[in-house]
Amino acid sequence: MTIEAAARELADLLKKMDADYIEAHLEESQSSHIIYQGQKLESLGRNEAVGGNVRALVRGGWGFVSFNILEDLPGRVATAVAQARAVGHEQSRLAEISPVVDTVPDEVGENPVSLPLAGKKEMLEEYNRIIWATPHIKTSTINYGDAHKKTIFLSSEGSFITQERSDITLRLTAVAAADGDVQQAGFSMGSRGDLRAIRGLHQEVARMARLALDLLSAPKAKGGEYTVVLDPVLAGVFVHEAFGHLSESDFVYENERMRQIMTLGKQFGGPELNIVDSAAEPGLRGSNRYDDEGVPAAKNYLIREGKLVGRLHSRETAAKMGEKPTGNARAISYRFAPIVRMTNTFIEPGKVSFKDMIADIKEGIYARNWYGGMTSMEMFTFSAGEAYMIRNGQVAETLRPVVLTGNVFETLKNIDAIGDDLDMNQGGGCGKAGQSPLPVANGSPHIRIRHCLVGGK
Amino acid sequence: MEEALARAKRLTEAAEVFTVDSEETTVQFEANRLKHLQTRQSSSVALRVIKDGRVGYAITTRADDVATLVQNAVETAEFGMTALFQFPPAGVYPEVAVFDPAVAAVPVASMVDMGNELIDAIVKHTPDITCEAQVSRGEVSISIANSSGGQSRYRKSLFSLSVEGTLINGTDMLFVGDAESSCQPLATTASVAATVLEQLELAKDRASAPSRAMPVIFTPQGVASALVLPLVMAFNGKTVLEGASPLGGRLGQQFFDGKLSLSDEPLVPYRITSRPCDDEGVPSQRTPLIENGVVAAFLYDLQTAAQAGTRSTGSGARGRGGLPSPSPSAFVIGTGDTPYEDMLRDIKEGLVVEQVMGAEQGNLLGGDFSGNVLLGYKVENGKIVGRVKDTMISGNVYELLKNITAIGSRARWVGSFLYTPHIYLPALSVASKG
Repeated sequence: MTIEAAARELADLLKKMDADYIEAHLEESQSSHIIYQGQKLESLGRNEAVGGNVRALVRGGWGFVSFNILEDLPGRVATAVAQARAVGHEQSRLAEISPVVDTVPDEVGENPVSLPLAGKKEMLEEYNRIIWATPHIKTSTINYGDAHKKTIFLSSEGSFITQERSDITLRLTAVAAADGDVQQAGFSMGSRGDLRAIRGLHQEVARMARLALDLLSAPKAKGGEYTVVLDPVLAGVFVHEAFGHLSESDFVYENERMRQIMTLGKQFGGPELNIVDSAAEPGLRGSNRYDDEGVPAAKNYLIREGKLVGRLHSRETAAKMGEKPTGNARAISYRFAPIVRMTNTFIEPGKVSFKDMIADIKEGIYARNWYGGMTSMEMFTFSAGEAYMIRNGQVAETLRPVVLTGNVFETLKNIDAIGDDLDMNQGGGCGKAGQSPLPVANGSPHIRIRHCLVGGK
Repeated sequence: MEEALARAKRLTEAAEVFTVDSEETTVQFEANRLKHLQTRQSSSVALRVIKDGRVGYAITTRADDVATLVQNAVETAEFGMTALFQFPPAGVYPEVAVFDPAVAAVPVASMVDMGNELIDAIVKHTPDITCEAQVSRGEVSISIANSSGGQSRYRKSLFSLSVEGTLINGTDMLFVGDAESSCQPLATTASVAATVLEQLELAKDRASAPSRAMPVIFTPQGVASALVLPLVMAFNGKTVLEGASPLGGRLGQQFFDGKLSLSDEPLVPYRITSRPCDDEGVPSQRTPLIENGVVAAFLYDLQTAAQAGTRSTGSGARGRGGLPSPSPSAFVIGTGDTPYEDMLRDIKEGLVVEQVMGAEQGNLLGGDFSGNVLLGYKVENGKIVGRVKDTMISGNVYELLKNITAIGSRARWVGSFLYTPHIYLPALSVASKG
């Protein structure tokens, strides 16, 4: 059965069921991947998948059934409704939206998955040759993936939305070793299905390999508090990890104390600080026309002039908090129910040039590039892929990669300069509640943070 | 499955079909209350072929579209790596109990009761806490068949229970939690509840740590979150072949403290990582990796074993949709002879570390780690005096594990992957805001 046929059958079934609300997702995807480990091709493969799910709401309780055999659809729907009924014990609440019937074609004209593997492989081999031309390289990884997805969303309220999208990711790592010491550097890039975005990266790849080599002779940072300047990539990770996750209302809506912390209007940072989450930006990996509950994309301010002005919602969290839905209910695939997620999250640019930002720093750290990040609400840690000392207003010696950690609330207040050079990072993916990696973008201009705790010797 | 193998055999030199069928039901609690009930059905068919000496690979969820699957696998073989191995012929698999029909018979209502019982016990202790809990049961069927006549098929049942609690006080947040899993139904929520209550008790008071080197006891959860990941990478035969493992060339050498022993154990009855064979149909075996500090072995799948001129350790694992790659099934760290209480008594000023955030973001291959102590306690004069905050620990796993003060006499499973006692280290770098 095709997903279109399944959707037609489900559209009739959903109307007949006795539930407060039911929705279904159907999905058909193709993907391919090419992985190099060292100089050898490690894995190259193609993946075809089809599947769907039904989610039902009865008296505030949710039932969810996912499947990749498109058979017995009435049985699947009945199971989801029975599960929801077993859970429900209160009134169902969902923010009102207008049902939508729409078809959204892919942004790129050509499905990247259907392009021959040979050309992609050739490009990756060029990058790998650059890495291996660098002295002391011990190993490298190249991880290329592309995907094309067609999804159909339908609900008992009458929505019926077909969307197509493509996604490309490329991650490279170079590992250098000498005298029993091993150091690595990485680089990631992504696009909304346009292969050109990851072509012609020869200089960036060479720079990455060179960094791995340089790190072998770099000293470790001395642990302690520093004035830290973050580049746009790392500041983007910071805003995603440290603040973005805190704005996800599913953490907040049923927790009275979190609601008190995240009270709208509260001052979180200086008057220059503006933080946005927007699925409505063209061409970014976190963009979409509708989220996985059929809510249209919007540009949502989270912090405006330092004040908390908004947060990210699903229809349920919006209703329960008496706020408007924001279009942030997303699922990585039909195997999961939509949950509150970010899309494209960024700090809006300010007016300070990078030169001015570091000019009055006597001893600080310039941290660049993404390596990883995690948050546990109040506390966050994030790792820089590169780090340099700042001495007397100048970027000085290279350091081993640093891990920065802190309290979100204090750290946001400690941002005292926002650069004029916004840049979006398309190379990341976000994980939450077992759903990973979700395509997102994040970005920022350079920012300066006072009193930031850096791990080290 | 037979059809895919037969079709592929006509076009290639050798072929292997790997199928996974699973169904899982999860009862999910949010904010102390039952919130979701979910059922997930999933099936996939993966085809690996060897054509003109090269490996091709494709996977699909469409068991009915064998033609596309075979076509994709054959297309990728043109570019694939050179196959240095042959698919294993029919073999004898060790007996390991991983299926219990009682799991499927557990009523959803009983799973709901378990979640409620667990949350009630925690809320009774700390009324302001917010808990998320999951009780889950499921079944997986795996079958492997190849053109060398190798064939394996087994069923595994899964049951798991987990809880995470968040306690917020102003802008201060405390995270506690524990989990347990088995191939048999869990009889009680008592041990998970006891761990969480102990965490809450110990974290009641605040304490401050100075910024300097001090002795640290890693609890089993602490070992899992800070020390183990570099070892997973270093014992991977592929990392060794690339020359990127710090343990490469150290086989047979005393590299770790003599008190440390580690093995990979896929044959422990009713553990959810146990299995009669790996994902290539190679029989499972127990593999000692560190014996009294000596590096004893590395883990290989068929291809990397051929590259290294050795035999597969039955460690071929497939991530979702991937080709096999060496991976441990479960790490077991040998118990020592020191009770945890004696370790505590030995410390004048130091830390007990239960949960580290961000340790896996460091230079894992080199063993460097640096992480925020998400849950950890200050020890003064042999007693825990309270929870530390805004504190980072850092070090190098290989340097640290060369000099271990003591290894605990009691071990436990942490998640499904690690069985470990406490590990007590003489000095670790601590940076703290106090």
